[in-house]
Amino acid sequence: MKLKLRIWRQADADAKGRMVAYELDEVSEDASFLEMLDVLNERLISEGEDPVAFDHDCREGICGACSLVIDGQPHGPQAATTTCQLHMRKFRDGDSIDIEPWRAGAFPVIKDLVVDRSAFDRIIQAGGYISAPTGTAPDAHAVPIPKQDADAAFSAAACIGCGACVAACPNGSGMLFMGAKVAHLGLTPQGQPERATRVLGMVAAHDEAGFGGCTNTGECAAACPKEIGLDVIGRLNRDFRKAAARAA
Amino acid sequence: MSIDYYREGEPVADTKAPAGPISERWEKRRFSGRLVNPANRRKLRVIVVGTGLAGASAAATLGELGYRVANYCFQDSARRAHSIAAQGGINAAKNYRNDGDSVHRLFYDTVKGGDFRSRESNVHRLAEVSTEIIDQCVAQGVPFAREYGGLLDNRSFGGAQVSRTFYARGQTGQQLLLGAYQALQRQVAAGTVDLHTRHEMLELVVVDGRARGIVVRDLVTGEITTELADAVVLASGGYGNVFFLSTNAKGCNVTASWRAHRKGAYFANPCYTQIHPTCIPQSGDHQSKLTLMSESLRNDGRVWVPKSKHDERHPADIPEDERDYYLERRYPAFGNLVPRDIASRAAKVVCDEGHGVGPGGLGVYLDFADAIKRLGKKAVEAKYGNLFDMYERITGENPYERPMRIYPAVHYTMGGLWVDYDLSSNIPGLFVTGEANFSDHGANRLGASALMQGLSDGYFVLPNTISDYLADGPFEAVSEDHEDVQAARREVDERIAFFLGNDGDRTVDSFHRELGKIMWEYCGMERTDEGLRKAIGLIRDLKAEFYKRVKVTGKAEELNQQLEKAGRVADFFELGELMCIDALHRTESCGGHFRAESQTDEGEAKRDDDNFSYVAAWEYGEDAPVLHKESLVFEYVKPTQRSYK
Repeated sequence: MKLKLRIWRQADADAKGRMVAYELDEVSEDASFLEMLDVLNERLISEGEDPVAFDHDCREGICGACSLVIDGQPHGPQAATTTCQLHMRKFRDGDSIDIEPWRAGAFPVIKDLVVDRSAFDRIIQAGGYISAPTGTAPDAHAVPIPKQDADAAFSAAACIGCGACVAACPNGSGMLFMGAKVAHLGLTPQGQPERATRVLGMVAAHDEAGFGGCTNTGECAAACPKEIGLDVIGRLNRDFRKAAARAA
Repeated sequence: MSIDYYREGEPVADTKAPAGPISERWEKRRFSGRLVNPANRRKLRVIVVGTGLAGASAAATLGELGYRVANYCFQDSARRAHSIAAQGGINAAKNYRNDGDSVHRLFYDTVKGGDFRSRESNVHRLAEVSTEIIDQCVAQGVPFAREYGGLLDNRSFGGAQVSRTFYARGQTGQQLLLGAYQALQRQVAAGTVDLHTRHEMLELVVVDGRARGIVVRDLVTGEITTELADAVVLASGGYGNVFFLSTNAKGCNVTASWRAHRKGAYFANPCYTQIHPTCIPQSGDHQSKLTLMSESLRNDGRVWVPKSKHDERHPADIPEDERDYYLERRYPAFGNLVPRDIASRAAKVVCDEGHGVGPGGLGVYLDFADAIKRLGKKAVEAKYGNLFDMYERITGENPYERPMRIYPAVHYTMGGLWVDYDLSSNIPGLFVTGEANFSDHGANRLGASALMQGLSDGYFVLPNTISDYLADGPFEAVSEDHEDVQAARREVDERIAFFLGNDGDRTVDSFHRELGKIMWEYCGMERTDEGLRKAIGLIRDLKAEFYKRVKVTGKAEELNQQLEKAGRVADFFELGELMCIDALHRTESCGGHFRAESQTDEGEAKRDDDNFSYVAAWEYGEDAPVLHKESLVFEYVKPTQRSYK
């Protein structure tokens, strides 16, 4: 298939970026979206041009590295699918495709389609864990966990930290990401002792990093490749209100 | 054997493993190893390279103990290390099922599964520690699958006859890694771990015979810095990407290990590669990686090919009596659950005979029709839904209605840097954990054992053994001006300058693809004397071509992904040659290394214990590598011809 691409090119964090047009012939419909970009890059290098920089690693939808806004949608048109798992058979011969980086105040562009998502790590550092130093653990069967809680915790823990939720949100909010971690840990008995300090710490780090607040638009959940639901934001808000009231 | 390819040196021995009854050795070593006073730990600096299961768990635990840790990863976040992609599960000898499991049985199965090419002492320790790992992970909030009573669920996995595998849907690696990542981030916040993301180790610094630091490149600014410490831990993963197409993440590379190897660290058993039987077949020349379908699918899926050759009928149109369920036929005791090496080769055999399905005849069916009939679609969906969805996204085919097509692909490397019982390489102060070392899986790794080994090394083994070395520290401060530090730094600068200055016309990827094809053809599922000799010649020629014609665009002082790749591929060339030499010298078949000249009458792998019951530890040599043999002693599990019939 033939494609007309328009790709965001930006030399570095300080440079002014712009959309640049490229045409690509003979793209296989069995290729993944990133493989299509590989083909483009091979050509650009042969022509002596700088290839398009983009983050990617596992290419099987789990590492969370890939991060492209395709025709205005983070991770593109296919629901519950990361960019690396999106295949060209979802497009048609002759299509024009716009490719941009995540756009959010808390995720500054580093180069082309690569952004800095270290703010997510800082949110986790502020409490997104259970303090269980190596070696102190009781037997794994000591505390049974009801299956429905374990399953719900797992569903929240499936977050891959890609940041599509932030890119999709008109406010650039990281609350779906944060809510997923608060829900995951808050649904386990092991997560209870730090439940209040966790949510207070994470929310402070989130706001500090420049993420916006949630106005219930729901774009985050729609963009999430792991189908994390808005209910985790509800949980986050409840936990936060309770903890803040107690801390006051 | 032609002496052109290598020379033989003195034998090497693991001097740290205690003697005595095997079940007491780990306790003995923990007691005999010296400790570091808590007040002194903060004077000791440890570098950890890698943030996968083995790296993040080690960095977090060393931080908790009070050491000053500097941790590096090339990814943009520690959470993205490739351990995250492990699907199936993690083994532990909990015997929660009362099905006859025990530490001794896990030990036995792992030594046998490794085709008697691993160390008994190490494997026993791994089996002992396995139970602590599960406890630790549950305490961290890892959401393992549970039953309605609230207790943990287990499944049988990858050739095991007991249910000892703990799992979190098809995302066990992700959940375990996030547990370790969160423990790591907690230490970052506590100030004990300095974490440097988007940094790549490009050289090891060895001063007065001790590993004292690394040279790293900041992948965003291109700045090169030298980081010095009292000890260096490499947890930098495996080298499957030497094949270009593998199930590894695109960034996985051998550079950290290879630079250490060039500085004197022995590389053990490089030819032991695991080819995983259940991957989605290649669809075309654009292919950049192969995707694994968890082998847990083999618990319920049945593997078959059409009995007639080149049968292009739709699978549904092929009646039962025209299908060959070849694993069930050839291995009635284990059926579809035979270990990975056996399942992979069996698939190659039927495809080579012309029974393969899909593009190029390189595929076999993995069929869930019976499972759906038996358990219902809903139960199958609950177990494997995410895997089925992934298959459909990649192939455009619905596995509920049409059998999956699978084919073997490179997945894991059992070889790696040589380490002793303490996980120390032969360079004092250089420790190696996880897939980057060689020690626990022998010639073939069993399913659900990689996660176990990574976490065993990082949480429980290394933090206990490294103290014996650090007890002699802090070591004399090394200046950045030291001649050896400057030399390491210079090598990095010169390499980068070469790539950017080379007036070439071919991309890095084009060379990498070509190297991968050579490796897959001649050093893949089946190896021959003739093929390996040919491969060595081809690799040498291609390498010369690479240095003449490789083209890298851009500058050094910026995010430059081509430059990153160029350095990694350059190291893959050297590794690939060593893999072929190792495979060539080992004229037996064992585990993942199948030498066509060494097979039984029934076409099964034939080991040669009289001549090859040793670890091949290779020392780097400018002209030719030097082979050091570590002989393997089996006191508890007597080597037998593996049989899964």
